[in-house]
Amino acid sequence: MPESTESLLSLVPKAEAVQSMKDFKSDQEVRWCPGCGDYAVLAAVQGFMPELGLAKENIVFVSGIGCSSRFPYYMNTYGMHSIHGRAPAIATGLATSRRDLSVWVVTGDGDALSIGGNHLIHALRRNVNLKILLFNNRIYGLTKGQYSPTSEVGKITKSTPMGSLDAPFNPVSLALGAEATFVARTVDSDRKHLTEVLRQAAEHNGTALVEIYQNCNIFNDGAFEVLKDKDQAKEAVIRLEHGQPIRFGADLGQGVVRDPATGDLQVVPVTPENESRILVHDAHSASPTTAFALSRLADPDTLHRTPIGVFRSVERPVYDTLMAEQLDSAVERYGKGDLGQLLTGNDTWTVVG
Amino acid sequence: MTSQVSSEAGEALVGEQRNAPATAQNGTEKEVRRLDRVIIRFAGDSGDGMQLTGDRFTSETASFGNDLSTLPNFPAEIRAPAGTLPGVSSFQLHFADHDILTPGDAPNVLVAMNPAALKANIGDVPRGGEIIVNTDEFAKRAMAKVGYATSPLEDGSLDGYRVHPVPLTTLTVEALKDFGLSRKEAERSKNMFALGLLSWMYHRPTEGTEAFLRRKFAKKPEIAEANVAAFRAGWNFGETTEDFAVSYEVAPATRSFPAGTYRNISGNLALSYGLVAASRQADLPLYLGSYPITPASDILHELSRHKNFGVRTFQAEDEIAGIGAALGAAFGGSLAVTTTSGPGVALKSETIGLAVSLELPLLIVDIQRGGPSTGLPTKTEQADLLQAMYGRNGEAPVPVVAPRTPADCFDAALEAARIALTYRTPVFLLSDGYLANGSEPWRIPEVDDLPDLRTRFAGGPNHTLDDGTEVFWPYKRDPHTLARPWAVPGTPGLEHRIGGIEKQDGTGNISYDPANHDFMVRTRQAKVDGIDVPDVEVDDPDGARTLVLGWGSTYGPITAAVRRVRREGGAVAQAHLRHLNPFPKNLGEVLKRYEKVVVPEMNLGQLATLVRAKYLVDARSHTQVNGMPFKAEQLAAVLKEAIDA
Repeated sequence: MPESTESLLSLVPKAEAVQSMKDFKSDQEVRWCPGCGDYAVLAAVQGFMPELGLAKENIVFVSGIGCSSRFPYYMNTYGMHSIHGRAPAIATGLATSRRDLSVWVVTGDGDALSIGGNHLIHALRRNVNLKILLFNNRIYGLTKGQYSPTSEVGKITKSTPMGSLDAPFNPVSLALGAEATFVARTVDSDRKHLTEVLRQAAEHNGTALVEIYQNCNIFNDGAFEVLKDKDQAKEAVIRLEHGQPIRFGADLGQGVVRDPATGDLQVVPVTPENESRILVHDAHSASPTTAFALSRLADPDTLHRTPIGVFRSVERPVYDTLMAEQLDSAVERYGKGDLGQLLTGNDTWTVVG
Repeated sequence: MTSQVSSEAGEALVGEQRNAPATAQNGTEKEVRRLDRVIIRFAGDSGDGMQLTGDRFTSETASFGNDLSTLPNFPAEIRAPAGTLPGVSSFQLHFADHDILTPGDAPNVLVAMNPAALKANIGDVPRGGEIIVNTDEFAKRAMAKVGYATSPLEDGSLDGYRVHPVPLTTLTVEALKDFGLSRKEAERSKNMFALGLLSWMYHRPTEGTEAFLRRKFAKKPEIAEANVAAFRAGWNFGETTEDFAVSYEVAPATRSFPAGTYRNISGNLALSYGLVAASRQADLPLYLGSYPITPASDILHELSRHKNFGVRTFQAEDEIAGIGAALGAAFGGSLAVTTTSGPGVALKSETIGLAVSLELPLLIVDIQRGGPSTGLPTKTEQADLLQAMYGRNGEAPVPVVAPRTPADCFDAALEAARIALTYRTPVFLLSDGYLANGSEPWRIPEVDDLPDLRTRFAGGPNHTLDDGTEVFWPYKRDPHTLARPWAVPGTPGLEHRIGGIEKQDGTGNISYDPANHDFMVRTRQAKVDGIDVPDVEVDDPDGARTLVLGWGSTYGPITAAVRRVRREGGAVAQAHLRHLNPFPKNLGEVLKRYEKVVVPEMNLGQLATLVRAKYLVDARSHTQVNGMPFKAEQLAAVLKEAIDA
């Protein structure tokens, strides 16, 4: 049986004793601004890790630069706080050389999508066994409030007093376009949902991209309020669950259907007549087309009709596995390397003293 | 005639005929003359296969046992416009019956496959030299293309040279007429005809080339046989045609080589082998993160072929990801390497700074080429020294090691790995295009004689707190080397976090404390300054007053120039640096011993700037930045001038 259909988590040694959240807290004082959404994500991750039951010395968090990238300092695992945008590249070197490690990348919207955009898309297309947590607060926090590549058009910030001009990235659309095999979105304040998405990401073979909407209460407070406020969220949030019809709103009165004329998706009030046409979410669909269409439902300005959950989760050969297999097959074909033979080569001559 | 050999000095009188003609001219046998050394240059269109021709002649020469040195020279374009001057590709080979140091200043023999090749190279051939031209290519249009109004073969402009006009294309097509090839296909073998002719002229063994052709075209046996036939036709042409009355012997250089088994090797191949050897000697898996760039890509190609040595090669999306992946692998316990050239180093600078801060072993291989910017991708230069020394933000010292010859790239790679692993630091290995593509005989080392590079990963706590608790401190240093422990993920109890923010001494925790930063900056510098490197050796048999100091690939030309000066009675001392950072401990004392110090470099005086700043010596810079190695004759003149001044 090809290894790629087995869980790659089985390559990571298990913890000997039962773990608790406390085991994953480092001795470092957490230094985010009071009220920052990062605290909730940190707590969710520390709370979830014992569930995996992995030896914590075999877990590594690698981050870039930005507020969220301080994350590794607070995890009592191995960790590297690297340089701006490069965490996916560094993590690729680690994951491909050490398949016995569970490697996590923590990054932000500026780190992953602006300065590090290149590394992100290439990690995704290669399907390196990395779990990427992309904290999206739609603003630059650490440099004190410039607009980011996910900020809405017209954003008034310190660097754009007359409004930002550039169209934002939709990280889920971007990841799907970059051949990602696992793409999900969740929200910092929804611990239960966040944990469920982390669980699925951890179990995925290959690169998992999890976009986490995260509130920056200093420079972009309330950016995701519409998704968090109980009354508004009903109409704004579309919860994706594999195998379930895509319905939302009060009494699940809204549903997503495919427009037979264009093939695009649209939201309609659910009626007895159209109920059977409501799209059933299939995260495992081989084609990313519908996942992409779902990612386009949200209004980038108001965030109305924002799907959360796992958009796509499919199996594709994992780069690290393929690389290891090439090494094995080279040994099978040529035998284990003999340095003396290599240095000697085929064309030699001898000088007798 | 002694003009077969130019005036570069060897040990023997150059151009001397060691013996009387070995074979008498009796009408059937041709005259054979003995030479002590020869410089041949093959030149043609970039599509003519001149590099392959040169490589084959080199292999024949190596297996014959001559000492040799080569200089491939080709345009950056893959197929530059045919028949133009910028499209000319050449390969120069110097071989001898004694030890030689350079590919030679001026060719004794030029093989010109077309008018462009003749025009681009004739200026380098001294009068009296032999020129073999492919007359078939000297049509009016082809000559006009490179600015010949009249044919140089007929207008007297080649008077004073010994010209052999040979219709190479026609003869090749004729020789292959029974192979059923199209004219175009047959013409392609003309380089093998030329190789055959030259192989006859210089008594080269031919079995190797025939075996090579059959291997190379194993899937197209008819092409293989056609090439073998063209090669043999060239040989027979030399033997039967009256125009080639003399052939030459250059005896094996047996006496100048220590006993051992030898092969021919280029710098990039030797460097690749050095990395594989270092991985074995360190007992660590080799991980290369790289992005293709001339003239470094050969190392990526070579290492990717050795996966059965546990070598992982990762072709990254860009230069930054190449070094990023390498650094990630270093964190995980691999012997990590990134390979590039100057423009790539510029992109990697921030990650090199991170590696300085993380204090992890990492090799940065820079095969220097002409700069700035894209510069001259296929030509050589030594202008990245200051970039390697200082090209980062903050105080970010990185050790620098430079090989001196193609074969020395092997030892230099092992030495760079030793420093990286012992001191837990990124290390620059500064080769260049001349070393990368040039080749020379290499005495194959015994694997058992290679240095032991094994290192220890941290295995447990290394510090006791005041309350008696045993803890692991990632930045608690070895008191002798100042290296920090290498604690790789997967080791229980040593979980720790590192990063580019300044760290507290010992604990490695984030620290913005002013005194701590001052201490850490000075400690990182002290670690690099304290690296144990061998003293620089000085070659000074005559008690000279002038010292010539070099580094890297200028070793061959400088040494050849020094020999020349000494032969003419001049006294000059020579020292050559392998370690550019830190400098050998005795360098200051050596420099102060001499009244004059001359520093030849293929840049605008970067080493000279460093030694002037550090040792307050009035070093005189002699520089050349034309993309080519120094010529020994010109360097000798510079040295003589310095001695006499």
